[in-house]
Amino acid sequence: MEHHLVLRVIAKLLIPLILIFALYVQFHGDYGPGGGFQAGVIFASAFILYSLIFGVENARSVISFNLLRVISALGLLLYIAVGVVALTSGGNFLDYNVLLSDPVHGQHLGILVIEFGVGMIVAAVMMMIFFVFARP
Amino acid sequence: MILAIAIIRLGSLFAAVMLTGIYSLVAACLYISMDAVDVAFTEATVGGGIATLLFLSTIALTTRQEKTGSQEKPGSKISLPAFFVVMLTGGVLMFGVSDIPEFGDSSAPAHQYLSDRYINKSPQEIGIPNMVTSILASYRGYDTMGEVTVIFTAGIAVLMLLGRGLKSNVRRSRVKPHIKGQHGKGNT
Repeated sequence: MEHHLVLRVIAKLLIPLILIFALYVQFHGDYGPGGGFQAGVIFASAFILYSLIFGVENARSVISFNLLRVISALGLLLYIAVGVVALTSGGNFLDYNVLLSDPVHGQHLGILVIEFGVGMIVAAVMMMIFFVFARP
Repeated sequence: MILAIAIIRLGSLFAAVMLTGIYSLVAACLYISMDAVDVAFTEATVGGGIATLLFLSTIALTTRQEKTGSQEKPGSKISLPAFFVVMLTGGVLMFGVSDIPEFGDSSAPAHQYLSDRYINKSPQEIGIPNMVTSILASYRGYDTMGEVTVIFTAGIAVLMLLGRGLKSNVRRSRVKPHIKGQHGKGNT
């Protein structure tokens, strides 16, 4: 992959945009279409594009495999933690009304946090699967 | 439908993978025309993007061409138990479909009170404009947690199946041909 000059330049241009778009989809999911699942996949696709063009080994050195494993586990734990926090503050499991004093704001916060957890886990698992498949 | 038949008939796996990607994009367009933007978004990213890519990397690990015996023609040899299982599953599914209310039927249970409740109450209760997100993340939060757990489990399963020898290079070089052999059988 040494000679693909056009691909390399275009990928370098596109990767930051893809990452930004993923974050936009992640945190704008309350207001427009999108959410954790889509954002995670888009975020992972930026890294996968990088590893397609610059090599899997380089991508692995950017984001290591162990880190991905930790992130995917953290995402799930974050989701469950929101439920447990709601439980300990006197509501049902995953009942966001009790997270803040105002129920609507509590809902906002809860949805934002769990969507972030979903995004983390989806992105990490997608990258993990790709790295395992694309092992040289 | 035409695409599905073409995918089955094609011998070249590469072209078949490309066709599945195209199928996902067509499906995404279909969802958009039904005003289901969130579903279309997911279909385009997951079905058109990641799934195609994973198929491609599987092909890179295995072979480009479908394995066919020299004298064996497609369709000439049908495994009877497999045929039976497929027909049985299909029959049960068709039987189940007959219970589902027709598309656009206004007397369907989902349209009786559930949609009204979501449409009328969710702006006050959740307060976010995208109702799909509020249903997925709040009303159906427990379901979404299950889905996330499924993804996590899938990641672990793939790691357990293919991730052997990732730690040490010495072991990897020895184990690799063995894993490759398993792959060819499992995935083509």
